Amino acid sequence: MSENQNPQGPSRDVARHDGDGTVAQTDRFVDPGVPEHHPRLADVDPKAAKRNERIIALLFAISCLGTIGSVVAYFAVRPDGTTPGVRMSTVLLGVAIAVSLFGIGFAAVHWAKTLMSAKEYTEERHSSSSSEEVRGAVQQQFKDGLEDSGIARRPVLKGAVVSALALFPLTIAVPLVSSVGGDWNVGSFRHTIWKKGTRLAYDPSGRLIKASDLTVGSVAHVIPDVPAEERESHEWITEKSKAVVLLVRMDPRDHKRDHREGASYDGIVAYSKICTHVGCPVALYEQQTHHLLCPCHQSTFDVADGAKVVFGPAKRPLPQLPITVDDEGYLVAEDDFNEPIGPSYWERLK
Amino acid sequence: MSTTTTPPVAAEPSTPIGKTADYLDQRTKIGVLTKQLVRKVFPDHWSFMLGEIALFSFVVLLISGVFLAMFFDPSMALTTHHGPPAIMDGQLMSVAFSSTLDMSFEVRGGLLMRQIHHWSALIFVAGIVVHMMRVFFTGAFRKPRELNWLVGTLLLILSLAAGFSGYSLPDDVLSGNGLRITDGVIKSIPIIGSYLSYFVFGGEFPGEHIIPRLFTVHILLVPALILALIGVHLFLMVLNKHTQYPGGGRTDKNVVGYPAVPAFATKMGGNFFIIFGVLALMGGTMAINNVWNYGPYDPSPVSAGAQPDWYMLFLEGSLRLMPGQAEIVTWGDFTLSLNILIPAVVIPGLLFTFLFVYPFVEAKVTGDHREHHVLDRPRNVPTRTGLGVAFLTAFVILALAGSNDLIATHFALSINTITWVFRILFFVGPVFAFWVTKRICLGLQRKDRELVLHGHETGRIVRFANGEYIEVHRPLDEQERWLRVNYEARRPLEVEPATDARGVKRKGYKKDKRWQKLSRFFYEDRVEPVTPAELAAAHAHGEHDELEPAHEAPALVSGSGTAEREH
Ligand code: HEM
Ligand code: FES
Repeated sequence: MSENQNPQGPSRDVARHDGDGTVAQTDRFVDPGVPEHHPRLADVDPKAAKRNERIIALLFAISCLGTIGSVVAYFAVRPDGTTPGVRMSTVLLGVAIAVSLFGIGFAAVHWAKTLMSAKEYTEERHSSSSSEEVRGAVQQQFKDGLEDSGIARRPVLKGAVVSALALFPLTIAVPLVSSVGGDWNVGSFRHTIWKKGTRLAYDPSGRLIKASDLTVGSVAHVIPDVPAEERESHEWITEKSKAVVLLVRMDPRDHKRDHREGASYDGIVAYSKICTHVGCPVALYEQQTHHLLCPCHQSTFDVADGAKVVFGPAKRPLPQLPITVDDEGYLVAEDDFNEPIGPSYWERLK
Repeated sequence: MSTTTTPPVAAEPSTPIGKTADYLDQRTKIGVLTKQLVRKVFPDHWSFMLGEIALFSFVVLLISGVFLAMFFDPSMALTTHHGPPAIMDGQLMSVAFSSTLDMSFEVRGGLLMRQIHHWSALIFVAGIVVHMMRVFFTGAFRKPRELNWLVGTLLLILSLAAGFSGYSLPDDVLSGNGLRITDGVIKSIPIIGSYLSYFVFGGEFPGEHIIPRLFTVHILLVPALILALIGVHLFLMVLNKHTQYPGGGRTDKNVVGYPAVPAFATKMGGNFFIIFGVLALMGGTMAINNVWNYGPYDPSPVSAGAQPDWYMLFLEGSLRLMPGQAEIVTWGDFTLSLNILIPAVVIPGLLFTFLFVYPFVEAKVTGDHREHHVLDRPRNVPTRTGLGVAFLTAFVILALAGSNDLIATHFALSINTITWVFRILFFVGPVFAFWVTKRICLGLQRKDRELVLHGHETGRIVRFANGEYIEVHRPLDEQERWLRVNYEARRPLEVEPATDARGVKRKGYKKDKRWQKLSRFFYEDRVEPVTPAELAAAHAHGEHDELEPAHEAPALVSGSGTAEREH
């Protein structure tokens, strides 16, 4: 490392012929060397230096105040459980901590910029690779090592060591893989808990739905009717993820077509709420057009026309749940879905 | 810096620090390492701070993350929440969600730490991306730093994994829907999709394993990998020594800058506190991810206009743009969901492949085996700069498409129209951006040439005795000139002929030819730097450029640029 006082001479490598596709130009300008160093005000004027010293000290002092402020804020402002209360405590603490940090940060940077030496130095770089001798020596060491191990002469050993090393990860992989996927029963994608006679209930209240409750143009978010206790389990959340249904009542004259033959009841259609794209709940129903929009990537399904896709990245219509009414006038399922709900997967049609 | 030749001899240690240092050095020879580090020279430039933003945000993530980990309970067991906020009191939810609420409302400073953690995550990824842009556009990825570029790209991917896994932890409606989308994407993978979904979720979505699993990924696996790779990244940085911007005295054989201690280290330490301060201020004053507004995960509701964190938007947009028709059924009745695979796997795959291979492709088409330590000015490598801007354009278009519903409601446009515009833009935008950027670069290079040849316009118009008007030009000083002439206009590769001297067909000729084609794409258009001969010639032609008005004493006509000009 050397101090830069004088501009250096022309650097050799700029004009060097490199013979690798770029044409060397011998006719090049000469490197003027590192620009002259200009001292800062504080380098030459002790008064300016003193002023900067005071600024830095002040900034550190501000930091101390910030820290004290944060401790005071911590003890003085007890959040009372309301959102505004928590917000108040968060703002006060955050600002106080920021003051404490900024004080230190700006003080340090100001110190470095005004009072610490700003003289530039030049350091030599050396090639990133090791020298030929070193490489040669290492090669020789490896050769000797290989020779010593005798692996080249003993092919049996080579095969044995490779087999053992290649196999041993199985000791961990087998137990891991066999358990990590639960029961690995991917066939469960095909079924939901809907079956013949399951009543339709409002989500989330669980109240049953009569056909007569629904006016033309209304929409209902529906779950299968199961006992309330069953709805407080994990299995339920997983089942609900597949079973949620959107119920729409439209004027039977507007209803062009069911996706599943005869699945609707008097203009009431029940479609899976799980998008056939990647599985978001489709939830935005537009009464006039009978369009159902998935908020995730805007696939749009026409509920009046078999829930076929009219726009967006989904390909398939939403599966339809066949419904009817029972003796008491409640809506019930006639069957489970007859195809897997939700996103496509490789063996979906199997 | 002592310039004497006799090295100072260490004094007998007497202070506690001195004694500790002596104790350590007797056992580790740490003095040698410290000596090298302390006086290591670092070049200085504002853009070298971008990496620091990423680094220090990560440190803040570690600090705030440890705080969160003390109070967060990553369990999916169902519980009835008791306590604030009022809207959640008495609701059934997972323990994870409930502990997130407790942490926000009952742990003082808990919400602050959550918000600092989340903002730091956003700034962390943004810092990485901007730092990467700096490295790309200045060519800092060239030999010997290609390896560090790869480490950096891995860090980018890991940062996305960290952000995604963290975002999913609170088990609220938004994060649950994010996981569901992930599940849909996983299922689309041919042959093994269903099994992979089971692998990840431990059964059917959502099951009761995903949050604990993601927790381990989030606080152990990914941070450990990031930490290790940051170590490698910084080690390589010190080993290769930092690159420097071009300028007088800066060559590929030296490094011009400031010693690590004290000014450089102090500034860096200060930067840490400033960045931490900014993040604390953001966490304190800007609400983010107030999960009680969304509620605990429930497979049924979804809120329109919900946005993932910004770094996931490009994937979201990519999924939105792909038309559904691409889903096909192959023979044997297998479903191939190209409508998901292309946007969610192929497109990001291509984007990251571009990042991984670019340094090697560029070295190949440049025929370049040298080490580079002086950075390029982006204008001097127009094709690279154009490609970088094209890449960013594609990324931004996808991210915007990920907010197409917000754009639609904001500008009262139909979502179908916007989607179609973005579909077209995705193909046209990057090409156009490439072309424009390349033209701008070439234009700037020509302007540099002009400037070197004719000097600065001074705005002073002078009139000669013969009635001719000229504007006085001030020649560049040698530093200004050196900056503009000290680069190489790289040329397309030359390939050896198809047949050798004896007319025998050469193997590999076709391959060479293909590389040459790519090389032409890179370097066909170029602007050569001015040579001293050219400068001399320019001066000989336009001697009056050099003339000072005082010499010829022509009348000073105008100080502004409005007067009639000769040039
Ligand atoms: C490596 C970079 C990291 C990134 C990008 C990241 C990102 C995130 C994000 C976006 C969240 C959601 C925060 C929210 O609720 O709004 C989160 C949550 C969390 N993170 Fe991190 N994180 C990182 C490292 C860490 C580390 C090192 C720890 C612990 C040692 C940690 C512990 C946690 C915990 C416990 C949560 C859940 C708490 C909650 O949601 O409120 N994180 N993380
Ligand atoms: S999940 Fe419905 S459009 Fe993507």
